[in-house]
Amino acid sequence: MIDIVGTLRRSWQQLIAHIDFPLLFITLTIMAVGLATVYSATFDGNQRVLSQLGNMGVAMTIMWFVSRLPPQKLMRFAIPLYVLGVVLLVAVFLFGIKVNGAKRWLPLGFTRIQPSEIMKIAMPLMLAWYFQKYEATLRFKHYIGAGLLLLIPFALIAKQPDLGTALLVGAAGFYVIFFAGLPWKVIAGLVIAAGSAAPLIWSMMHDYQRKRILTLLDPTTDPLGAGYHIIQATIAIGSGGAIGKGYLNGTQTHLEFIPEKHTDFIFAVYSEEWGLIGNATLVFLYTLLIGRGLIIASAAPTLFTRLLAGAITLGFFTYAFINMGMVSGILPVVGVPLPFMSYGGTALVTLFLGIGILMSIHTHRMLVKK
Amino acid sequence: MGDFNNPEADLDRFRFRIGFAAVTVLLAFGVLIGRFVWLQVIQHDFYQTRAEDNRIALIPIVPNRGVITDRNGVVLAHNYSAFTLEITPSQAGDLEATIDSLAEVIDIQPKDRKRFKRLLDEAKNFESIPIRTRLTDGEVAKFAAHRYRFPGVEVKARLFRQYPLANIASHAIGYIGRITERDLKWIEESEKQANYKGTDHVGKTGLEQHYEFELHGETGYEEVEIDAGGRALRSLKRIPPVSGNNLALTLDAKLQEITELAFGERKGSLVAIDPSTGGILALVSNPTYDPNLFVDGITPDNWKELNEHPSKPMVNRAINGAYPPGSTFKPFLALAALEMGKRTPNQTINDPGYFNFGNHQFRDDKKGGHGSVDMYKSIVHSCDTYYYMLANDMGIDNIAKFMGSLGLGQRTGVDLGKDDSGESKGVLPSQEWKKQRFKKPEQQRWYAGETISIGIGQGYNAYTPIQLAQATATIANNGVMFRPHLVHYIIDTKTGEKRQVEPKPIRDLNLRPQNIDVIRRAMVGVNKEGTGARAFAGAPYESAGKTGTAQVFSLKGAQYKEGGMKKELRDHALFIAYAPADKPKIALAVLVENGGFGAQSAAPIARMVIDYYLLGKLPGGAAKDDPAAIEEDSEE
Repeated sequence: MIDIVGTLRRSWQQLIAHIDFPLLFITLTIMAVGLATVYSATFDGNQRVLSQLGNMGVAMTIMWFVSRLPPQKLMRFAIPLYVLGVVLLVAVFLFGIKVNGAKRWLPLGFTRIQPSEIMKIAMPLMLAWYFQKYEATLRFKHYIGAGLLLLIPFALIAKQPDLGTALLVGAAGFYVIFFAGLPWKVIAGLVIAAGSAAPLIWSMMHDYQRKRILTLLDPTTDPLGAGYHIIQATIAIGSGGAIGKGYLNGTQTHLEFIPEKHTDFIFAVYSEEWGLIGNATLVFLYTLLIGRGLIIASAAPTLFTRLLAGAITLGFFTYAFINMGMVSGILPVVGVPLPFMSYGGTALVTLFLGIGILMSIHTHRMLVKK
Repeated sequence: MGDFNNPEADLDRFRFRIGFAAVTVLLAFGVLIGRFVWLQVIQHDFYQTRAEDNRIALIPIVPNRGVITDRNGVVLAHNYSAFTLEITPSQAGDLEATIDSLAEVIDIQPKDRKRFKRLLDEAKNFESIPIRTRLTDGEVAKFAAHRYRFPGVEVKARLFRQYPLANIASHAIGYIGRITERDLKWIEESEKQANYKGTDHVGKTGLEQHYEFELHGETGYEEVEIDAGGRALRSLKRIPPVSGNNLALTLDAKLQEITELAFGERKGSLVAIDPSTGGILALVSNPTYDPNLFVDGITPDNWKELNEHPSKPMVNRAINGAYPPGSTFKPFLALAALEMGKRTPNQTINDPGYFNFGNHQFRDDKKGGHGSVDMYKSIVHSCDTYYYMLANDMGIDNIAKFMGSLGLGQRTGVDLGKDDSGESKGVLPSQEWKKQRFKKPEQQRWYAGETISIGIGQGYNAYTPIQLAQATATIANNGVMFRPHLVHYIIDTKTGEKRQVEPKPIRDLNLRPQNIDVIRRAMVGVNKEGTGARAFAGAPYESAGKTGTAQVFSLKGAQYKEGGMKKELRDHALFIAYAPADKPKIALAVLVENGGFGAQSAAPIARMVIDYYLLGKLPGGAAKDDPAAIEEDSEE
């Protein structure tokens, strides 16, 4: 007799062996909110929900594959991925396509790529590997080494210039160094240095970068561009009130006042229709996601997995905070999507790749301890 | 423990930092919640009112695109107003039904419906969207009679781009077309997206693309009060758009027209430059196309025909066609030899009709050879053996160094296309180039025998017509090189100010005057008593020239026979020239694909162009091949 039920159950358990259910549950909840909001943002025009579901399918398949890779395998990707990223960034520097003074793209004949994207994952992976390697003999000079590993891609991306991406990549690397135990004195010194270097940075900025910051201070200077985005998004959030205007009833959204409403500014759509209660719920969901990530980091068995999990988790935080901050008018407008909410395939793949790594770290921890 | 760290302490420290991070996250989210409370509770009434008052829509007003004129003010690209039939979706009700009943009054094709649908997807619902463009007066009248039946449908006047000279200079002007996903990326990367609200056309090639952000202008906007359903009620404020800047070219449209006429059915290219400024007087790539076809979205049939035509009308041969220079290379190589001290003008060689290198014989075109040949004779009669020897004496890297300084094998930076990636580099062969070009080590090595055919402009040599024209202009201008450019000045529509475009020299080769003089005299000799003499017979001005023939097909020792070859295997004909020889006003390079000998088909075109430019002489039609030149030209 063949035990069909038993076989099915075993293969099912095989399939879900490396899924972390709390993480999956939180992510899917935010995703559901996101899909509903994408529907609201696009239902009277070019509907994007099905396409976003497709993106989600691809991204979650990648998550599933990555979650099954043991962290030792992930470590093997650290150097090749980092080196590839740096080589491509140097190639951009040398052969990149220059558009309006910014070199961000590398022509590959049939297509062109933006290598700074790769660094978003490659940077924390590389630094986590680096600290793992010197774990037993860690001295101050190793922080300097790590700082150099961080600065090379950072400088190459900032030079393009793409300050937004450079800061995100830099933050991902900094989180690893921070969790690896960078002395507080040094951190304090960096903060003071950054503060006093602000005028210098301002003088080195490009016109369009300065304009973005000035637009934040006085949005009316740029009524057709970024200033208009900020004004309209703030009105959308503010008019949403405590309980919101109701699903599909946002006037700002449906009278087309919100730009990029299914991508970078999706939070304005959500906030207008669900109000403060909705916002608090969403922030709470992100807190749960980050909390789960930090728990996974604390429970991780090796230095590599601890640092990687910690940095990826704080990466989610950075994206969410910068996006909501920019849409509500307290941070400059930089092109950062809201994690699991904004429409877009590339971002979703990167995010679920991160989730997959967290799951891999958590579900393989017992095997490592043995 | 010695040098080792304490893992327990490390773990404690890590967990403390996780805790610190958690507190930071909570604080940061706290700040966000604080901001939300401020906006949504404390300031709620204010924003509530603003949202309700927010019946003000900003409707962009697209600026007029800048006009392009030639050096004499002849209009090459401008805009004209035409009537379009447009639907405002929010006022029209059932769109399908509306269009169906409109089709009973006005001719609406399936492609019109398709375009409408695509535009609808991209548009905001208070904008009106064209369902038909270019209505005839009859159609406008007919619709006016039925207007009452169609709420939300109206006739509007919109501007369309038009190229009055159609095919003439199309490779220089380029064309505009509908903004695609890729154009949108370009606009976004240039941080111009705010200024492109409402714009649906963008430069796709040529000057239209290179000067896109000059030509576009500044978008204006109208603040319109709308009701809760998105219907426009009244206009509140209007910030008018600023028209795009106008381009005044160095190009002479009449010269361009005559040159294109001179080419007739032949494929090829001609670039004529004012040597003292680098301003391009004519830039021809034949065959051409009608840029007007692209403005409204080219039909698939037209697109297919242009793209699949064997003569490739869409390729801009002037900047993208790389051809071996053939014997037009010789004056440049002779100049290099003088500058580097490898030859003196009077030094003679004996030409037995071939040059032996190793066990390979490089043959001269003239059977039996030219006998005793000095530099003057080597250019006037285009002696191959002289240059086989010279190339061998100089070595490939010396040749590459000098030719590189003349701009050969490098992008000229001409102001066409989006960035310089639209222009081909060609091939300037050198040891280093070969190393980069090939993968296998045995292919990467440069063989001395390969240098020899380089001497007569064959081998790996391949340059674009614009590079040859630039190099010719440079020696015409005594070694001072200018970047070839098409725009003379940009007229700023806001200030009326004329902005000149780079008349500055980019490089001075510091050539010795006596050396340039030797080359000039020899090139004058070409047109007086040498291979160019038939084409320039009776010219009232003194001109300098050099013919060239570039092999398309290797004959492997067989005798070249004009009639016995398929047309597409026939050699390319080349000619470079400048005139007047003592004070050059025009320098040019002509290439006729499969035109046979340079003297036969390329030189007569050059004669026509120079005759018109210097004398105002109008030709009767296409330049005629000179079959007699073939017999005489066996020495080329």
